[in-house]
Amino acid sequence: MERIASDTRPEAMLECMMLIRAYEERLAAMQAAGQAAGTCTSVGQEASAVGVVRALGPDDRILTNHRSAGHLIARGADPGRILAEVMGKRDGYCKGKSGSLHVSVKELGVVLTSTIVGGELSLATGVGLSHALLGEQGIVACFFGDGAACEGIFHESLNLAAVWKLPILYVCENNQWQAYVHRKETMLGDRISEWAAKYGMEGLTVDGNDVEAVHAAATQAIASIRRTGKPFLLETYTYRLRGHYEPDDQSYVDPAELSAWRAKDPIDRLRAKLLTSGTLSETGLQQMRQRVAAAIEQAVAFAAASPFPDTAELTTDVYA
Amino acid sequence: MSEITVNEAVSQALAEEMRRDPRVVMFGEGVATKRRELVREFGEKRVRNTPLAEGIIAGTAVGAAATGLRPVVDLLFAPFLCFSMDEIVNSAGKLRYMSGGQFAFPLVAIAMTGGGWTVGAQHNHNVESWFVHSPGLKVVMPSTAADFKGLLKAAIRDDNPVLFFVDLALGFEPGEVPDGEHVVPLGKAATLRAGRDVTLISYAKTVNHCLQAADDLAKAGISAEVIDLRSLKPLDEKAILASARKTGRVLVVHEASRMCGVGAEVAAIVAEKAFDALKAPVLRLTGPDAPAPSSYVLEQAFIPQPGAIVEAVRKLVVPAFAA
Ligand SMILES: Cc1ncc(C[n+]2csc(CCOP(=O)(O)OP(=O)(O)O)c2C)c(N)n1
Ligand SMILES: [Mg+2]
Repeated sequence: MERIASDTRPEAMLECMMLIRAYEERLAAMQAAGQAAGTCTSVGQEASAVGVVRALGPDDRILTNHRSAGHLIARGADPGRILAEVMGKRDGYCKGKSGSLHVSVKELGVVLTSTIVGGELSLATGVGLSHALLGEQGIVACFFGDGAACEGIFHESLNLAAVWKLPILYVCENNQWQAYVHRKETMLGDRISEWAAKYGMEGLTVDGNDVEAVHAAATQAIASIRRTGKPFLLETYTYRLRGHYEPDDQSYVDPAELSAWRAKDPIDRLRAKLLTSGTLSETGLQQMRQRVAAAIEQAVAFAAASPFPDTAELTTDVYA
Repeated sequence: MSEITVNEAVSQALAEEMRRDPRVVMFGEGVATKRRELVREFGEKRVRNTPLAEGIIAGTAVGAAATGLRPVVDLLFAPFLCFSMDEIVNSAGKLRYMSGGQFAFPLVAIAMTGGGWTVGAQHNHNVESWFVHSPGLKVVMPSTAADFKGLLKAAIRDDNPVLFFVDLALGFEPGEVPDGEHVVPLGKAATLRAGRDVTLISYAKTVNHCLQAADDLAKAGISAEVIDLRSLKPLDEKAILASARKTGRVLVVHEASRMCGVGAEVAAIVAEKAFDALKAPVLRLTGPDAPAPSSYVLEQAFIPQPGAIVEAVRKLVVPAFAA
């Protein structure tokens, strides 16, 4: 049974961000060692994932994209089963048929993950329509990147959601990169949230490297959606600290820009704040690190032990 | 039995299925405007107009299907499906598999195509085989009013995404439709005329052309069996092979162009599995590798006509009859 994670204490959000970071760094190391396939990591963007996902309730649904490990783990997904999926193993969430780029976990409300850039935007309105027509209480959170905001479907999706008053929280994770192209080469504006007003919905940009700020903004946005039934566009302004897809030497990245954003690392920031304020002690931090390390070892062992799928699985699950 | 048109059959199917299942919703450009009777009976929540944006129309159907609704979307003319390809092919067709079977996508996408209205190549393009070639999708293209009704009802009840192609020329075609509940299972061909000497396999409007050709052939002493595929995926392989074995001669007829069309698949199935029964090579009579023209004369020339079918059959059977 999957359990939806809901702890919103700052130290819980810190530990979750640490778990995401440790998971993705381990996966990148395994890729480098030839033990796992390539993957898109969200290193540097953990605050966006945790801040938004932990603001959601159990009835809310999530759509996400190729950079989804943070969203999944923040929602309570088991890193062992995610890793098994990435490794093409039978116990992966999608029986090894997805790989890293499109992991969905229906039980956790993580529906319809797509690696077609903008795919999640095209599907979110339908999930929103289901919620609106079937009398479901929850809202729909749809994560996408700044690159997806360049796709026509971004505009089609926002427009329809606004016109039909669908309960959708659009979350644009503006990490400044669109694969190997810097965002500044692809759009003149700096704020994707500004599109919202033109479609008649509220938009807001938040510091995506401050998990408490993200959580507060998402909570406010979700409250507005629940109150008005109208969609909301939240932009988490952040940075992709690793490459697009492992392995990636980032030779095309401006070192000054990278180090400026490293200095704003969301995990370092919250940890320093909690230690300074006394919310977290050095011992508490040590225990956190140990728990995270143990969880990763357990995940790796689980994924390694999981068998590959039977080749008979090749043609199952095609039709209902 | 009542005689109604194909368009009326479609309307009946929609209304009956919406009545039967509150999860069935319908939307598209002008759907609520054109289908006032559905809006009146089922309300404007379930029957909706949309913005002019085929990508999000199809995507909304896919997302809704995955989370409890059973959408029917009208995407108007088949060439507009190019704007919905990602949502239909990459999402509806693949996400069940890619999620390890966690989701199903019970939706129907309706599109019109085919010559007869001289609308030209950006409104008329028989693209059905594109979808036959894509995993996870089903494809139907009926020819009679009864099948339009029965297959649309089955498509709406099916738990998979179904492309429902409406041959433009057939909309006002009348036909006998059984009274009461009438559902035609997907994946079953219909033998519309039994024959001994040759099998004509077709779908959509060219089925009628095959029936006319069969009448003419009968006068010449050639007995033609006519099979309406109705469903292009799943394809009724059993019916195709049984008839091929019976007559030993097969002509496949469709309006879509030849290369990699449904006819190529039918011919390959017959060659692979009934080769020993064949008395002649399997032939195809199809539209050309050209965009559909607008001029009425050219548009009619695009479509395999009864006369051309008779001639093709003569090529198939004459050596045997002469011998
Ligand atoms: C339709 C489509 N075009 C291109 C790609 C290749 N691609 C995968 S991720 C990506 C960058 C997406 O950028 P963004 O939306 O900002 O998301 P990020 O990767 O930065 O999280 C590209 C171009 C794709 N998967 N789908
Ligand atoms: Mg980006």
